[in-house]
Amino acid sequence: MKMLRAFGASEGKLFPEGRISGPMPWVIAIMMFLTVLAAATGMALSAGAERIEGQIGNRVTVQIVEPNPDRRAAQAEAAASALQGVAGVTSVRRVPDEEVAALLEPWLGDLAADADLPVPAMIDVDLADEGAMPAVAAAAERAAPGALVSGAAEWLAPLSGLLGSLQWLAIGLVILMIVATGATVVLAARASLNTHNHTIEILHHMGATDSQIARLFQRRISLDVLFGGLLGFSFAVVVLVLIGGRVAAIGSDLLGAASMPDFGWIVLIALPLAGALLALLVARATILRALGRLL
Amino acid sequence: MGANGSIVQFDNVGLRYGTGAETLSDLSFTLRTGGFYFLTGPSGAGKTSLLKLLYLALRPSRGLIRLFGEDIVTMPRTRLPGFRRRIGTVFQEFRLVPHLSAFDNVALPLRVAGVEEEDLEVPVREMLAWVGLEDRASARPATLSGGEQQRVAIARAVIARPELLVADEPTGNVDPEMAKRLIHLFDALNKLGATVIVATHDLHLLTAVPRAEMLRLDRGQIADPTGVLRNPPRRADEDVTS
Repeated sequence: MKMLRAFGASEGKLFPEGRISGPMPWVIAIMMFLTVLAAATGMALSAGAERIEGQIGNRVTVQIVEPNPDRRAAQAEAAASALQGVAGVTSVRRVPDEEVAALLEPWLGDLAADADLPVPAMIDVDLADEGAMPAVAAAAERAAPGALVSGAAEWLAPLSGLLGSLQWLAIGLVILMIVATGATVVLAARASLNTHNHTIEILHHMGATDSQIARLFQRRISLDVLFGGLLGFSFAVVVLVLIGGRVAAIGSDLLGAASMPDFGWIVLIALPLAGALLALLVARATILRALGRLL
Repeated sequence: MGANGSIVQFDNVGLRYGTGAETLSDLSFTLRTGGFYFLTGPSGAGKTSLLKLLYLALRPSRGLIRLFGEDIVTMPRTRLPGFRRRIGTVFQEFRLVPHLSAFDNVALPLRVAGVEEEDLEVPVREMLAWVGLEDRASARPATLSGGEQQRVAIARAVIARPELLVADEPTGNVDPEMAKRLIHLFDALNKLGATVIVATHDLHLLTAVPRAEMLRLDRGQIADPTGVLRNPPRRADEDVTS
């Protein structure tokens, strides 16, 4: 059967209003703005969680709590040396006292640098896997009785849980926005069908196929959605860049870890295009279903 | 074309809307290819319903309808557009697309049929000239008189050279002089080979085409209570070539 085209030069004139018609493109722009922000947040949190997990997930901190500074230093050296030889340990670093003092300075001020203050000596130990933890604890206890051994995973667990929850929340928001976009397109397609019922009836009587008529609407609606989607995407990108600048200015390692991966930008750019494709399919299905009620 | 040279065959056709009484009952007749038919009858007799069956806006509630030799009652819906493109329809209320010019309205059936843009200009201009509107090609329907709009509608109905032309009260909104001109247009089209069916109240028009045959509907049934109709329609089982 011959494939019938659309309506040539008259196609743009069959429906009199301009390309950007009604509130739909603007509603889509708002929804796409929120979708892009939610998707970017989700991907950044996911990447941040992976990055933190990869960097310090298998890190153990050994604290030498001996109050005598000389004995504490000696125990720290002995423990660091002993830990080097434990199977499953990939690196051992004695955290310099100055670094520990710098960490405490926000809370203790100049007092943090006071030599008389019994600040624990700290040793960072990176493990190949968590299975080496008991051996590390035993070696630390032998070298420095009373040493405290704590894994980063303990305090990372609540943070990972929070990040995971926020990530699912972002995914949920993206799904809700996709559903809302589809619903908006259905409403727009139905409204457009009602508005142009007279013209559709004429085309139908002339022998236009359902596909020919649907093409008129689906192209128009998907272009409206693409316009709204690109507008919302553009505003969202501006907001993301501004937020990224603020995070960088804070200089927080934790916040800095939650940066969007490179492929994330491709995903974000694909969102308005996917929105237009979704609109095309939803509009086509809606219109074909409505036309199917005609003889 | 169907068997025996017929283009339309109705056999015991009935039509009801919803659960109401039958609007059309027991219609059995045959229209021959190339014929000119007037469909008459009082208001509410079912003329428009009968025409809707002919231009495939409705399917009957019962009975058999063959159009162009094919059963259109059980025909899949997807095949109907191809049949509609073989039928030209003129409505009493014109049904022009208000945002399109006269040219684009007339060109619409060709565009629906997939004719290339470069092949539209000549036939559309010719058709507008045929209905005397060559200088109104760019006018929109709202700026045209009733007679001009009806002529645009006729030009649109015939531009694709339909095998069957169905007109529902085409002269209802024009003055008597224009009505005669429109009937002469239908007559000319009929002479070019199209089968023409014109529903009208206007008994004066019936004399405008001497060779025309007549169908009279009354209360949804073919009727000729006065016995004065010329060329009454044949029965469905009758050979119309005889």
